[in-house]
Amino acid sequence: MVPITTLHYLVVAAALFVLGVVGVLTRRNVVIILMSIELILNAVNLNLVAFSRMWGNLHGQVFSIFIVVDAAAEAAVGLGILIAFFRNKETINVDEIDLLKW
Amino acid sequence: MNPALVIPALAHPSRMAAAFIDSAPNPAAPIATPWFFYGLAAAAVISGLLVITRRNAVHSALSLIVTLLSVAGLYLMLYAPFVAGVQIIVYAGGIMVLFLFVIMLVNIERVSKERQFNRIWPVGLLASCALLALFMSAIQKGKSLFLDRMVQLPEGTNTQQIAAALYGETGKMGQYTFAFEIASLLLLVAILGAVIMTKKKI
Repeated sequence: MVPITTLHYLVVAAALFVLGVVGVLTRRNVVIILMSIELILNAVNLNLVAFSRMWGNLHGQVFSIFIVVDAAAEAAVGLGILIAFFRNKETINVDEIDLLKW
Repeated sequence: MNPALVIPALAHPSRMAAAFIDSAPNPAAPIATPWFFYGLAAAAVISGLLVITRRNAVHSALSLIVTLLSVAGLYLMLYAPFVAGVQIIVYAGGIMVLFLFVIMLVNIERVSKERQFNRIWPVGLLASCALLALFMSAIQKGKSLFLDRMVQLPEGTNTQQIAAALYGETGKMGQYTFAFEIASLLLLVAILGAVIMTKKKI
Protein backbone atom coordinates (compact mmCIF):
# COMPACT_ATOMS: atom_id res chain seq x y z
CA MET A 1 0.00 0.00 0.00
CA VAL A 2 1.47 3.34 -1.00
CA PRO A 3 1.62 5.75 1.95
CA ILE A 4 -0.43 8.92 1.63
CA THR A 5 1.71 11.96 0.87
CA THR A 6 1.07 15.59 0.01
CA LEU A 7 0.76 14.65 -3.66
CA HIS A 8 -2.36 12.60 -2.99
CA TYR A 9 -4.04 15.57 -1.35
CA LEU A 10 -2.97 17.81 -4.22
CA VAL A 11 -4.60 15.46 -6.74
CA VAL A 12 -7.87 15.39 -4.77
CA ALA A 13 -7.81 19.18 -4.44
CA ALA A 14 -7.14 19.58 -8.18
CA ALA A 15 -10.12 17.31 -8.96
CA LEU A 16 -12.41 19.32 -6.64
CA PHE A 17 -11.16 22.60 -8.12
CA VAL A 18 -11.83 21.44 -11.68
CA LEU A 19 -15.31 20.21 -10.71
CA GLY A 20 -16.02 23.67 -9.29
CA VAL A 21 -14.75 25.33 -12.46
CA VAL A 22 -16.96 23.06 -14.59
CA GLY A 23 -19.96 24.03 -12.45
CA VAL A 24 -19.22 27.75 -12.77
CA LEU A 25 -18.70 27.58 -16.52
CA THR A 26 -21.59 25.33 -17.55
CA ARG A 27 -24.52 25.70 -15.16
CA ARG A 28 -27.31 28.27 -15.54
CA ASN A 29 -28.65 28.25 -11.99
CA VAL A 30 -26.99 30.97 -9.90
CA VAL A 31 -27.37 29.02 -6.63
CA ILE A 32 -25.45 26.08 -8.09
CA ILE A 33 -22.79 28.45 -9.44
CA LEU A 34 -22.32 29.83 -5.92
CA MET A 35 -22.07 26.26 -4.60
CA SER A 36 -19.40 25.53 -7.22
CA ILE A 37 -17.44 28.53 -5.93
CA GLU A 38 -17.64 26.93 -2.48
CA LEU A 39 -16.18 23.75 -4.01
CA ILE A 40 -13.28 25.78 -5.46
CA LEU A 41 -12.59 27.45 -2.10
CA ASN A 42 -12.62 24.04 -0.42
CA ALA A 43 -10.05 22.73 -2.88
CA VAL A 44 -7.80 25.70 -2.06
CA ASN A 45 -8.29 25.08 1.66
CA LEU A 46 -7.34 21.44 1.26
CA ASN A 47 -4.14 22.47 -0.54
CA LEU A 48 -3.28 24.98 2.18
CA VAL A 49 -3.78 22.48 5.00
CA ALA A 50 -1.78 19.81 3.12
CA PHE A 51 1.12 22.21 2.64
CA SER A 52 0.85 23.28 6.26
CA ARG A 53 1.28 19.60 7.15
CA MET A 54 4.16 19.22 4.72
CA TRP A 55 6.16 22.17 6.07
CA GLY A 56 5.23 21.59 9.68
CA ASN A 57 3.95 25.09 10.47
CA LEU A 58 0.50 26.49 11.01
CA HIS A 59 0.37 29.35 8.51
CA GLY A 60 -1.62 27.27 6.05
CA GLN A 61 -4.25 26.40 8.64
CA VAL A 62 -4.60 30.04 9.71
CA PHE A 63 -4.98 31.04 6.06
CA SER A 64 -7.62 28.38 5.53
CA ILE A 65 -9.62 29.86 8.43
CA PHE A 66 -9.41 33.26 6.74
CA ILE A 67 -10.66 31.65 3.54
CA VAL A 68 -13.63 30.19 5.42
CA VAL A 69 -14.43 33.73 6.67
CA ASP A 70 -14.16 34.98 3.11
CA ALA A 71 -16.45 32.20 1.85
CA ALA A 72 -19.07 33.12 4.44
CA ALA A 73 -18.97 36.79 3.41
CA GLU A 74 -19.10 35.85 -0.28
CA ALA A 75 -22.06 33.52 0.21
CA ALA A 76 -24.00 36.14 2.18
CA VAL A 77 -23.43 38.89 -0.38
CA GLY A 78 -23.96 36.59 -3.37
CA LEU A 79 -27.24 35.21 -2.05
CA GLY A 80 -28.36 38.76 -1.17
CA ILE A 81 -27.73 39.83 -4.76
CA LEU A 82 -29.59 36.72 -5.93
CA ILE A 83 -32.67 37.49 -3.83
CA ALA A 84 -32.72 41.13 -4.98
CA PHE A 85 -32.42 39.95 -8.57
CA PHE A 86 -35.13 37.31 -8.20
CA ARG A 87 -37.48 39.92 -6.80
CA ASN A 88 -37.00 42.08 -9.88
CA LYS A 89 -36.88 39.57 -12.74
CA GLU A 90 -38.44 36.33 -11.43
CA THR A 91 -35.52 34.22 -12.70
CA ILE A 92 -32.25 32.89 -11.33
CA ASN A 93 -30.65 31.86 -14.63
CA VAL A 94 -27.39 33.59 -15.41
CA ASP A 95 -27.92 33.79 -19.15
CA GLU A 96 -31.08 35.83 -18.57
CA ILE A 97 -29.10 38.40 -16.60
CA ASP A 98 -28.11 40.37 -19.69
CA LEU A 99 -29.27 43.92 -19.10
CA LEU A 100 -25.72 45.27 -19.43
CA LYS A 101 -25.12 43.35 -22.66
CA TRP A 102 -25.90 44.86 -26.10
CA MET B 1 10.22 2.55 1.14
CA ASN B 2 11.78 5.73 2.46
CA PRO B 3 10.45 6.25 6.01
CA ALA B 4 10.58 10.05 5.58
CA LEU B 5 7.77 9.79 3.06
CA VAL B 6 5.39 8.10 5.43
CA ILE B 7 2.89 10.03 7.52
CA PRO B 8 4.22 9.17 10.96
CA ALA B 9 0.95 7.95 12.42
CA LEU B 10 0.51 5.63 9.47
CA ALA B 11 3.97 4.19 9.82
CA HIS B 12 5.01 1.23 11.85
CA PRO B 13 4.30 1.76 15.59
CA SER B 14 7.95 1.51 16.54
CA ARG B 15 8.75 4.55 14.44
CA MET B 16 5.82 6.53 15.78
CA ALA B 17 7.39 7.84 18.97
CA ALA B 18 10.40 9.26 17.17
CA ALA B 19 8.22 10.97 14.63
CA PHE B 20 6.57 13.36 17.08
CA ILE B 21 8.72 16.45 17.18
CA ASP B 22 7.30 18.86 19.73
CA SER B 23 4.80 16.89 21.73
CA ALA B 24 5.28 13.83 23.85
CA PRO B 25 4.55 10.47 22.18
CA ASN B 26 0.82 10.28 21.88
CA PRO B 27 -0.62 6.89 22.77
CA ALA B 28 -3.98 7.93 21.32
CA ALA B 29 -2.63 8.58 17.83
CA PRO B 30 -5.42 7.87 15.31
CA ILE B 31 -5.31 4.51 13.62
CA ALA B 32 -5.79 5.65 10.05
CA THR B 33 -5.06 3.53 7.06
CA PRO B 34 -4.62 4.75 3.50
CA TRP B 35 -8.07 3.30 2.80
CA PHE B 36 -9.56 6.07 4.94
CA PHE B 37 -7.96 8.59 2.61
CA TYR B 38 -9.18 6.85 -0.53
CA GLY B 39 -12.71 6.52 0.85
CA LEU B 40 -12.92 10.16 1.90
CA ALA B 41 -11.39 11.37 -1.36
CA ALA B 42 -13.80 9.26 -3.42
CA ALA B 43 -16.76 10.54 -1.38
CA ALA B 44 -15.62 14.14 -1.84
CA VAL B 45 -15.10 13.85 -5.60
CA ILE B 46 -18.26 11.81 -6.32
CA SER B 47 -20.52 14.09 -4.32
CA GLY B 48 -18.76 17.08 -5.91
CA LEU B 49 -19.73 15.59 -9.25
CA LEU B 50 -23.32 15.28 -8.01
CA VAL B 51 -23.28 18.97 -6.97
CA ILE B 52 -22.71 20.16 -10.52
CA THR B 53 -24.96 17.64 -12.28
CA ARG B 54 -28.19 17.49 -10.22
CA ARG B 55 -31.28 19.15 -11.62
CA ASN B 56 -32.80 19.95 -8.23
CA ALA B 57 -30.79 22.56 -6.30
CA VAL B 58 -31.70 20.97 -2.95
CA HIS B 59 -30.02 17.72 -4.04
CA SER B 60 -26.95 19.73 -5.04
CA ALA B 61 -26.85 21.39 -1.63
CA LEU B 62 -27.09 18.04 0.17
CA SER B 63 -24.29 16.63 -2.01
CA LEU B 64 -22.20 19.68 -1.22
CA ILE B 65 -22.70 18.96 2.49
CA VAL B 66 -21.34 15.42 1.91
CA THR B 67 -18.33 16.93 0.12
CA LEU B 68 -17.70 19.37 2.97
CA LEU B 69 -17.87 16.61 5.58
CA SER B 70 -15.47 14.42 3.56
CA VAL B 71 -13.03 17.32 3.29
CA ALA B 72 -13.35 17.78 7.06
CA GLY B 73 -12.34 14.13 7.40
CA LEU B 74 -9.32 14.80 5.18
CA TYR B 75 -8.38 17.71 7.47
CA LEU B 76 -8.49 15.30 10.40
CA MET B 77 -6.15 12.97 8.50
CA LEU B 78 -3.82 15.97 8.04
CA TYR B 79 -3.80 16.61 11.82
CA ALA B 80 -5.77 19.84 11.56
CA PRO B 81 -8.62 19.23 14.04
CA PHE B 82 -9.45 22.90 14.54
CA VAL B 83 -9.85 23.53 10.81
CA ALA B 84 -11.99 20.39 10.58
CA GLY B 85 -14.23 21.70 13.35
CA VAL B 86 -14.50 25.10 11.68
CA GLN B 87 -15.33 23.36 8.42
CA ILE B 88 -18.19 21.41 9.99
CA ILE B 89 -19.58 24.23 12.15
CA VAL B 90 -19.21 27.18 9.77
CA TYR B 91 -19.57 25.51 6.36
CA ALA B 92 -21.90 22.58 6.89
CA GLY B 93 -23.76 24.26 9.73
CA GLY B 94 -23.87 27.89 8.70
CA ILE B 95 -23.26 28.54 5.04
CA MET B 96 -25.19 25.51 3.80
CA VAL B 97 -28.24 26.43 5.90
CA LEU B 98 -28.10 29.87 4.26
CA PHE B 99 -27.95 28.20 0.85
CA LEU B 100 -30.92 25.94 1.64
CA PHE B 101 -32.96 28.91 2.87
CA VAL B 102 -32.32 30.81 -0.35
CA ILE B 103 -33.14 27.73 -2.47
CA MET B 104 -36.47 27.49 -0.65
CA LEU B 105 -37.10 31.22 -1.17
CA VAL B 106 -36.60 31.21 -4.92
CA ASN B 107 -38.83 29.22 -7.22
CA ILE B 108 -37.19 25.81 -7.61
CA GLU B 109 -39.98 23.91 -9.36
CA ARG B 110 -39.91 26.10 -12.45
CA VAL B 111 -36.12 26.26 -12.60
CA SER B 112 -35.69 22.50 -12.31
CA LYS B 113 -37.88 21.97 -15.37
CA GLU B 114 -35.77 24.28 -17.52
CA ARG B 115 -32.54 23.63 -19.39
CA GLN B 116 -29.76 23.22 -16.81
CA PHE B 117 -26.65 23.95 -18.83
CA ASN B 118 -25.93 27.07 -20.82
CA ARG B 119 -25.42 27.09 -24.57
CA ILE B 120 -21.62 27.23 -24.49
CA TRP B 121 -21.16 24.30 -22.12
CA PRO B 122 -18.82 22.35 -24.48
CA VAL B 123 -16.41 25.29 -24.42
CA GLY B 124 -16.51 25.40 -20.64
CA LEU B 125 -15.97 21.67 -20.38
CA LEU B 126 -13.04 21.84 -22.80
CA ALA B 127 -11.45 24.71 -20.87
CA SER B 128 -11.88 22.78 -17.61
CA CYS B 129 -10.26 19.69 -19.13
CA ALA B 130 -7.35 21.87 -20.22
CA LEU B 131 -7.10 23.21 -16.66
CA LEU B 132 -7.10 19.68 -15.25
CA ALA B 133 -4.36 18.67 -17.70
CA LEU B 134 -2.36 21.72 -16.63
CA PHE B 135 -2.72 20.81 -12.95
CA MET B 136 -1.78 17.20 -13.56
CA SER B 137 1.30 18.10 -15.61
CA ALA B 138 2.36 20.60 -12.94
CA ILE B 139 1.96 17.96 -10.22
CA GLN B 140 3.80 15.43 -12.39
CA LYS B 141 6.67 17.83 -13.05
CA GLY B 142 6.97 19.01 -9.46
CA LYS B 143 6.71 15.57 -7.92
CA SER B 144 10.22 15.65 -6.51
CA LEU B 145 9.49 18.88 -4.63
CA PHE B 146 6.70 17.39 -2.58
CA LEU B 147 7.72 13.90 -1.66
CA ASP B 148 10.69 14.27 0.59
CA ARG B 149 9.16 15.45 3.85
CA MET B 150 6.04 15.16 5.96
CA VAL B 151 6.53 16.92 9.29
CA GLN B 152 4.45 15.92 12.25
CA LEU B 153 2.48 18.82 13.69
CA PRO B 154 1.74 18.65 17.42
CA GLU B 155 -1.98 18.08 17.08
CA GLY B 156 -2.59 18.06 20.82
CA THR B 157 -1.94 21.81 20.98
CA ASN B 158 -3.25 22.64 17.52
CA THR B 159 -6.05 24.90 18.71
CA GLN B 160 -3.84 26.77 21.18
CA GLN B 161 -1.23 27.43 18.50
CA ILE B 162 -3.80 28.72 16.01
CA ALA B 163 -5.22 30.92 18.77
CA ALA B 164 -1.73 32.25 19.50
CA ALA B 165 -1.26 33.11 15.83
CA LEU B 166 -4.68 34.77 15.59
CA TYR B 167 -5.09 36.51 18.95
CA GLY B 168 -1.50 36.68 20.18
CA GLU B 169 0.09 35.48 23.38
CA THR B 170 -0.39 37.33 26.66
CA GLY B 171 0.81 40.88 26.26
CA LYS B 172 1.73 40.94 22.58
CA MET B 173 -0.09 40.77 19.27
CA GLY B 174 -0.04 37.58 17.25
CA GLN B 175 1.25 37.37 13.71
CA TYR B 176 -2.26 37.46 12.25
CA THR B 177 -4.10 39.64 14.78
CA PHE B 178 -4.34 42.61 12.43
CA ALA B 179 -5.59 40.41 9.58
CA PHE B 180 -8.11 38.90 12.00
CA GLU B 181 -9.50 42.35 12.82
CA ILE B 182 -9.68 43.20 9.11
CA ALA B 183 -11.62 39.95 8.59
CA SER B 184 -14.15 41.08 11.19
CA LEU B 185 -14.52 44.34 9.23
CA LEU B 186 -15.06 42.30 6.06
CA LEU B 187 -17.83 40.32 7.76
CA LEU B 188 -19.46 43.56 8.96
CA VAL B 189 -19.45 44.93 5.41
CA ALA B 190 -20.89 41.64 4.11
CA ILE B 191 -23.70 41.73 6.69
CA LEU B 192 -24.56 45.32 5.81
CA GLY B 193 -24.46 44.56 2.09
CA ALA B 194 -26.68 41.49 2.41
CA VAL B 195 -29.24 43.32 4.56
CA ILE B 196 -29.35 46.37 2.30
CA MET B 197 -29.68 44.33 -0.88
CA THR B 198 -32.46 42.09 0.40
CA LYS B 199 -34.52 44.90 1.95
CA LYS B 200 -37.33 46.12 -0.29
CA LYS B 201 -37.16 49.76 0.85
CA ILE B 202 -34.03 51.13 2.46
